[in-house]
Formats: sequence, structure tokens, C-alpha cells
Amino acid sequence: MKTHVSTTINGEAVEFLCQPRQSLLEILRDELSLTGCKEGCNNGNCGACTVILNGLPVDSCLVLAVEVEGANIETVEGVAQQRQLHPVQQCFLEGAALQCGICTPGFIMTSKALLEKHPAPDEEEIRFSLAGNLCRCTGYDKIVHAVQAAAESAPAPK
Amino acid sequence: MIDFEYTAPTQLDDAISQLSEAGDRARILAGGTDIIVQLREGLQSADLVVDVKKIPELTQFEFTAGQDLQLGASVPCWQVYENSEISAAYTALTDAVHIIGGWQIQSRASVGGNLCNASPAADSIPALIALDAVAHIAGPAGRRTVPASEFCTAPGRNVLEKGELLVSLTLPAPGPHSGSAYQRFIPRNEMDIAVVGAGSYVRLDSDGQKIEQARIALSAVAATPVFAEEASNWLAGQPISEDVFAEAGELAKKVASPIDDMRGPAEYRTHLVGVLTRRTLATACERART
Repeated sequence: MKTHVSTTINGEAVEFLCQPRQSLLEILRDELSLTGCKEGCNNGNCGACTVILNGLPVDSCLVLAVEVEGANIETVEGVAQQRQLHPVQQCFLEGAALQCGICTPGFIMTSKALLEKHPAPDEEEIRFSLAGNLCRCTGYDKIVHAVQAAAESAPAPK
Repeated sequence: MIDFEYTAPTQLDDAISQLSEAGDRARILAGGTDIIVQLREGLQSADLVVDVKKIPELTQFEFTAGQDLQLGASVPCWQVYENSEISAAYTALTDAVHIIGGWQIQSRASVGGNLCNASPAADSIPALIALDAVAHIAGPAGRRTVPASEFCTAPGRNVLEKGELLVSLTLPAPGPHSGSAYQRFIPRNEMDIAVVGAGSYVRLDSDGQKIEQARIALSAVAATPVFAEEASNWLAGQPISEDVFAEAGELAKKVASPIDDMRGPAEYRTHLVGVLTRRTLATACERART
């Protein structure tokens, strides 16, 4: 039997039907066509499916869609405002902090959450906070530099 | 993933009756960071998943200085380390919850769930044992308590009977001149499973020169996390010195019966018990003095 869920995604009221076994990741991608969120490992190791749930970064593969009734969800699709990239996105772009791009939406979401919590993190805080996001291309340095640049560029808007 | 029914009761009694009715076919969901993976990968199966995060008793916690802490079983890791009073009072637990998975995991994973999942390598369990935590269980036959040191019975198994669930944990008030620490060894910096973990708690005399009471617990060296009772008892009355910590480490090795696996050979793990016992005792004593 399908369950009806009402939630807010990227500031808009969204309703969907789901089976209890379906993850938030499956619903975002397959039902709501929010395919920015990626499936990497599907077991909570890689962070490619990171979304912000009620203000906290979570692996959407480890959330049942039925759990998000009444929740507030942010995905990478809602990060840019009026075609204006978020400082984290701008700095990832300018600093070439991506190669294949599969991990990038997850990194953007965790980095955004970090800068909202700590607007001026040091390198260790950045690396510690991003430990749940794996990138097999870049070697991480460019990602860390991009987050540092974003922190320096402007206080991150919410 | 296989199909199952989902409920999210708001009353403890409703959860108990739903769990009792479904019996072995029910699984409890708190943060979901273990159970969702286990269901997806077929390591566990369920006809009913009972989400316990809407039951007030499981989500509550309130710190009052000098009093025991009641920590709801579904309270996630981040709420422990973001609470300045709790994180200062129970530093071993804070050390542990800060390194369970990455930030995404800590946003969801609960301390109670880490205990119930009963991994031999769980990070929070040595901290809970060192801090002398007690588990409060509710079920069809009423309520009972079990020390954290006796909660896990085998890898992935715990004392919960059919229809029972973990409601909360009591962490005794730390008391004056006390300190605690948890450390693990992993070959990388974060996001890994302990090769060995150690938690230590000490209470010093008022001069901060002698250990009055100590509790050491270890993970990833036996089928369940273990309390190193002999080493802990031996420390009472000992002065604070590197030699004393090293001797406690040697005694702690007696409860270690590790296996060889991809994370490390048994001999190496036993060696690490000595190292981590020494280091966590040193850190716990330092914290007790400040």
C-alpha cells in the first residue's frame, strides 16, 4: 500500500506517494525527477546522495521516504537562486573542484551546510565535515580550496 | 528492498503492542543508518518496520548539573556533541559520537541504535560501558534495566526480547575530579570501522594525584564490546603515571580475544589494546584535572 507524504522541497510544497521500502533518494530521482542527487554506494559511505533534511546533511539513501512527512528538504536543484550560483557552486566551478561530477552535488550540499553552521571553517574542519563525501577523481585538495574560497568570498546566503 | 509495512507510533505502549504482535517479523527504526542498509542488503528481513522517533520518551534528554543524564534511545549523535553541557560532562561519549561515520551519519544515527546494533566494533559502546551507563528497556512484561556492559550478547545480537525496545540510557553524573575519553585506531582519519576502540573513565582524589576509581572498556577485540574489569579494579588507589597506565594496558589485554581479519591480525589488535588503554587513561586523567 502506498503512503501519502507531504513535504517541502527547495521551498515548495511537494506531495508524493511511496512504498515504505522506498528511500528518499529513489523518490527524489525516480518520482520527482530531482536527479541532481546521485546514487553512488546506496549504503551510506559515499555521500553522493547528500541532501539537507531539516537543516542537517543526510544520506538520502539512508532515509525512508515515508519518514519525511512534514520535513524540509533542500537538494542541489534549489541551491542556485534566480540563476545566480551559490558561492560554493561558483568556487567549485572556478577552482575546477570536480572532474567526473558524480560526487559534486553531495559535496555542494555538505559544504553549504558547513558554511551555514561555520562561516569561516579552517582546513581541518572542512576536511572533517566532508569526510562523508567521497571523490575518486580530484584528490580532495581542489574541493577543500573551493570551500575555503567560498567561505572567503562572502558570508554564505541561506 | 523487500516490501514491509511502516508505522510511527507516538506512544510507547503502541510501539510495544505493534512489536509484540509482529514478533520476529518486526524491526525497529531510529536513525536507520544500520537497519536500512541491512534490510536493503538482505542481512535482515522484516514485515513491519516500527519508527520510534515520534515517541517522546525516546527523543528526550535534559542535562541538569550534578544529576544523572537520561538520554532517549533515538537521540542522534549530533544532539549529543552539539550540547555543550552534555559534551563537556561525558567526553568519552562525545569523542565517540563525533567519529561514528561522517556528518551525514551523525545527523541520523542514534546512540541507542548504536548500542542495539551490537557491533563488536561499535564506537559508542566502550564509552557507554566506561561511563557506567544503564539501558532502560520496555516491553510487554513491563520495564527492566540492563547495564550497558551486558546489553550486547553476540555480534548483532542484544538482550532485547520479543516486543521489547530500548527506551533510554542513564549516564551517571560524572562527579568531581573525573574525566573520560574514547579513542579508536583506524588506518585513515575518518569514516572507518575501529580496528580497536578503547574508552576510559577515571575519578581522581581531590588533589588530582591518585586514581580513586576507573572503568576501561574495549571494542573490536571480542564478540561484543567488553568491560576490562581486572584492569579497572587494579587502577583504584594507583598514582597517575605512565607506568601505571602501561600496566593497566597489559591487564586490559587479558579480556581481549580478537580475531584476524582484513582490519588487522589478532596480535596487532592485542598490541593496540595496550596502546589505546594507555592513551585514553592519560587523556581521561588530564581532563579530570582541568
